[in-house]
Amino acid sequence: MNILSSVPSEYLGLSSALAVLVLLTEFAMLRVQFSRSQVKLYAIQSAIVTVLAVFIAVERDIPGLFIVAIISLILKVIAIPKIVMRLLDQTKVELVSSHRISVPSMILLALLLGAVGMFVIDRLPFHSHSLPTSGLSVSMAVILVSFLLVIFRSDVVSQAVGFFSLENGVSMASLVVAAGLPLVVETAFFFDLLVAVVVFGVLMRVHHQRTSTLSTEGLNRLRG
Amino acid sequence: MSLILTSMCILPLLASVLILILPPVIGKSLSLISSAITLILTVTLVSHGGVVESLYGWLRVDSLSLVFILTVSLLYFLTVLFSIGYVRESRNRWTNTKYAKIFFSGINFFCWAMLMAPSVSSLALVWVAIEITTVISALLVALDDTDGASEAAWKYVLIASMGLGIALFATILLYYAGASVLGNTYDLYFPQLLTVAHKLSPVIVRLAFVLAVVGFGTKVGFVPVHTWLPDAHSEAPTPVSTLLSGALLAVSFYAIMRYFQVAIVATGPAFPRNVLLAFGLASLALAALYLASQRDLKRLLAYSSIEHMGILAIGMSFSAPIAVIGVLLHVLAHALAKGSAFFGAGTLVKKFGTKNINRIRAGVSRLPVSGPLFVLSILALSAFPPFGIFRSEFLIVLGGFKSNASFVTIVLVLLITVAFLGFSRHGNQVMFSPPLEGGDVTKGEVSYWMTTAMVLALLGLVVLGIHPPQQVSTLLTAAARELSVKR
Repeated sequence: MNILSSVPSEYLGLSSALAVLVLLTEFAMLRVQFSRSQVKLYAIQSAIVTVLAVFIAVERDIPGLFIVAIISLILKVIAIPKIVMRLLDQTKVELVSSHRISVPSMILLALLLGAVGMFVIDRLPFHSHSLPTSGLSVSMAVILVSFLLVIFRSDVVSQAVGFFSLENGVSMASLVVAAGLPLVVETAFFFDLLVAVVVFGVLMRVHHQRTSTLSTEGLNRLRG
Repeated sequence: MSLILTSMCILPLLASVLILILPPVIGKSLSLISSAITLILTVTLVSHGGVVESLYGWLRVDSLSLVFILTVSLLYFLTVLFSIGYVRESRNRWTNTKYAKIFFSGINFFCWAMLMAPSVSSLALVWVAIEITTVISALLVALDDTDGASEAAWKYVLIASMGLGIALFATILLYYAGASVLGNTYDLYFPQLLTVAHKLSPVIVRLAFVLAVVGFGTKVGFVPVHTWLPDAHSEAPTPVSTLLSGALLAVSFYAIMRYFQVAIVATGPAFPRNVLLAFGLASLALAALYLASQRDLKRLLAYSSIEHMGILAIGMSFSAPIAVIGVLLHVLAHALAKGSAFFGAGTLVKKFGTKNINRIRAGVSRLPVSGPLFVLSILALSAFPPFGIFRSEFLIVLGGFKSNASFVTIVLVLLITVAFLGFSRHGNQVMFSPPLEGGDVTKGEVSYWMTTAMVLALLGLVVLGIHPPQQVSTLLTAAARELSVKR
């Protein structure tokens, strides 16, 4: 409760609202049909995380976070969505539906999983100097829901976006509990994400060349 | 010594880049030179012993990391040797030169990333290096450009990256635990973290440790997060399968060992040991059962890797130091044994043109040298004396009894026996049953480069089994001491 006494309540309220928005975009990604909308949602989600970083940088006076925000803007808001969009342009495939289970059941599952994540983290002794610790619970929910996206959507774009948004969840968690993470380390993480995106792109293209679809339904040869 | 460490961390990367830009003919010789020098540099570091730092402390090796660096460099050298024969025999959609260029560049880069993971001093950079191994090896898995390869590569990159996402969360939680003692400006430098480990919040470290075991365990191949492993191992080009199985799994295990080191001090030794025991038993049990029902030669070896990773985890759950020495020796011996077995399997697959166990017969007479060597590799993997795995598993079992964990130890021995039954049945069928009607092939070796790699790996195993060099024994003992509880 020492946070409440030392921090202006606008900051508390706004930052929590931003954190919840990140979770909501994750839910929206589960729901939407088209790959393009999903990539756009990912860009929006990344933008919210970036704004959150700037917000903390200003309020808590952590200049390193400005640089993190800039890299995050260039990489996650602009570059990654662009790379995936270009792939979608080239493949000219619009997926009608890749939901393995119905949307309502998926949302219910996501609610359940998100709640589990929140309650588990709430019980742990975290203290944050940058954000209310409820932000960490929300990040945990984002991470868990991103797994649903990967598991219950059967197309390569959803699955890749699922991984990228998992990274957004972890980024948000790091804003809560590790806002002072040294810049070298943060930069290494971003570099790594960039390499991963390029490789995901290459493999998505390989997949499309071999199967002429973005669906993963046919990936069932290897088992046992 | 720090210069040696720096050069070891630059050389394979340099080779990888040079191969890409220089004419294709240079690929094989440059890889061979780079891997041989890397091995010599590693041996120098091992015989020097102790802690070596370089690049302002960003690179740091101690005995524990050296065990894994030695494992990677040995396999790097042997795999390059094998690859020279392998690529020559490759039939591929691409022209052979282009394939060879990308292949050798990729192998060097992959080995570089695997050498970096145990050489960096920050846990955050360990994560970064391991994620790089994932993406580069996923590309290598897809290299053969078949339906199976592209399916395996996608599953691999997705599952492993999701797992590493969890490991990243673990990294951040551990940073948080450390920052509350060390202040915000430390960079997850683990010697620093270790000195304050007893002051860290046990609850947070516990959470971080479990997440790290699940996350990095995805890459180690712990059941139930192992599902990418048999696919990737069976569909990748054989040299890549070898590196995945012998070196990559070990390097991911190294990351878990670092978390283990912090956790045994912060939470007390019981908790991390029990977590590893649970994953180890699950992996060993499932792999032992799956081994019996395999139809694909390379999948068979993949499940054997899961089995051995299970043995490593169970070994770490024993408190007796001798078990830990056994585990570290097992890392080294498994790499050599799996290397030689995959080389043999790769030779068989080339010879018979299929991975299907039911269509490969009479291997021992059709491949006069590598056939018998493959039989020896299977025996080595099944812990027969005089090979290194016999010694390491013996130490682990001995450690189990010394730690008063007789029940677990007996289960361990039983499951290893079950695995051996399945493994030997298939090995027997492939090597000794009479040739199939119409499926017979001519007698003769595929390539003597490939055979040489097998001979060297088996020789190494015999040395480890009969009398490990003094420097290796010292290294393993020192590394085991680093993994014990210090306060």
